[in-house]
Amino acid sequence: MVALFRKKRPRGSPGTRNQDRGILVFENTSEVIQAENLLMAKGWSVRVKGPPPEIRKGCDLAIEFPLIEELNILRTLQEADLSPLQVVPVNSPLLQPVDLFQIKDFGRYLMVRAANMKLTVDKETQTIVNISGGGCPDVPYLAREMVGRPLMEAPSPREIGHTLCGYALQLAYEEMNRLCSPS
Amino acid sequence: MLAVIGTIPEEDFPLTTGEVCLDRDSIRLGDRRVLVNRGTPALLAAAIKTGEVLGLPLPYAHLVGDIGLGHGSRRLYKHLVKDLPNSRFSVLTFHYLLPDVDWHNKVLFAVEEIEPRPVLIADAGFMYAAKMSGQSDAYELFTPDAGELAFLADEEAPHPFYTRGFILHDENRIPDLITRAYEHKNAARYLLVKGRDDHVASGEGVHAIIDHPVDEALEAMGGTGDSLTGIVSALIASGMETLEAAILAGRINRLAGHLADPTPASQVMEMIAYIPRAMEEVLNDREKRDRRSI
Repeated sequence: MVALFRKKRPRGSPGTRNQDRGILVFENTSEVIQAENLLMAKGWSVRVKGPPPEIRKGCDLAIEFPLIEELNILRTLQEADLSPLQVVPVNSPLLQPVDLFQIKDFGRYLMVRAANMKLTVDKETQTIVNISGGGCPDVPYLAREMVGRPLMEAPSPREIGHTLCGYALQLAYEEMNRLCSPS
Repeated sequence: MLAVIGTIPEEDFPLTTGEVCLDRDSIRLGDRRVLVNRGTPALLAAAIKTGEVLGLPLPYAHLVGDIGLGHGSRRLYKHLVKDLPNSRFSVLTFHYLLPDVDWHNKVLFAVEEIEPRPVLIADAGFMYAAKMSGQSDAYELFTPDAGELAFLADEEAPHPFYTRGFILHDENRIPDLITRAYEHKNAARYLLVKGRDDHVASGEGVHAIIDHPVDEALEAMGGTGDSLTGIVSALIASGMETLEAAILAGRINRLAGHLADPTPASQVMEMIAYIPRAMEEVLNDREKRDRRSI
C-alpha cells in the first residue's frame, strides 16, 4: 500500500537521453581499443559502440564518453598520440562547436566572447583582467590561474582546463591572441 | 532556510557543510576561508549581504573542491543523495557543479523526498544538467546569462559550446529565445536572464525588463551572474514571491554594480560590498510605489 503513495521517480524525456554523452571517432579499430583502455584506466566511464549513421569518417567502432569532459579527454588522448578524427555529441552528431566570436571594444579593454565564455584584456598591458560566463567548475579555477597575468604568459585553457566551458574559453583565448598579436 | 550547493576552485578542498559567513573579502565555513572572486563563493557572499539587510539566518552550504575534473562534484552528488531527504531547507540553490545527467536525476529524486518540497533554483553547471535531463520544469527559477539562454533555447545543444549559430544569442532576440526555451520545455517556471537588459519571464511571456542603470563594463566582470543568483536566492528564502524577487534582484544587482563605478577590470567583490546600499534604495523605491498605488 505504501508503494502506491511513493513519489514518482523523475525521469528525462526520451529525446534527452544521452544528451551529456559524446562520440570519439577514430581512423581504425586498433586506435579505438587503445583509446578505450587508456580512458578506462584513467577512470572515465566510456564504452565502445557503433558510430551514428551521420558520421562518414573513421572505422565502424567509436567510443561514447562524457561530453562535458571533452577538453580533458582530448588532452589525454593527444598525449598518447591517439587523437580522434572527430568528436560529436551523441544526440546530434551534426552539431559543430561554436565558431562565431563576439568582440566588444571598451576603449582600453577588449572583450572576446565564444559561446558562453568571455575573456577581457587590458590592451595597454596585454594583461587578462577578467573572465566571465560559463558554468563548469573549471571556470573559477581558470579565472584564478589566468586573471592578472599577461596574455602571453598565462597558462592556456587547453593546458589547464578540463571541460567544454574550458574549451570555449580556449577559443576566446586564441581569438584574443590573434587580435592582440602585431599584424 | 537557504542552502547553496556548489564548488570551490581548489582540488583539495574537502566536502564541507555548514553555515557560511562573510569575513571581509572571504567566505568562512568553520575554520576554512575562501577568497570571494567569482563562482559559488560570490553567490554566497551576495546571499549573505542580502540576508543581512533582511535579517535572515546565514545560508547553509554544501561545498567541495573541484577544478573541473569532476571528482569533487561526484562526491558532492553522492553526499546530496544521502543527505537531502532528511533536510529541511526551504530554498535549494544549485550552482557550479560538473554537469552530469545521471547524478542530476538522482539528486532530484532525493529532493522529492523532502517535506515540504523546497523551492529549487539552478544556475551554471547544474542548470545545464537540468536542461539536458529534460526536467527543467521541476525548477522554480533558472538564472542564465544571454549566452546560456541561447543554449536553453536550442533543443539540440548538449552544452552552450554546441549552440547552433542561427540561435546564438543576440541581445535583441532575447524575448524570442525565451519563447523558444519554453516551447521546448527547457526553462524553469521563471527565468531571470542577465544581459544588457535583464529579463524576467515565465511561460506566459516577459514580465519585466530591467534596463537601468546601464554599465557596459559589468558584462566583462566575472561573477555578476553569481551575485544575481545569490541575491534572488536570499529574497526568495525571505518568503518573497519568485516573480517579485527576480525583478528586485535584477534591480539590486544592477544598482550595486553601478555604485561600484566599474571598469572591465573590476572584480565582483567590489560590487557585492554595495548590495546593502542598493537594496535600501530599491526597497525604498518599491515602498513609495506601493504607497502611491494604494
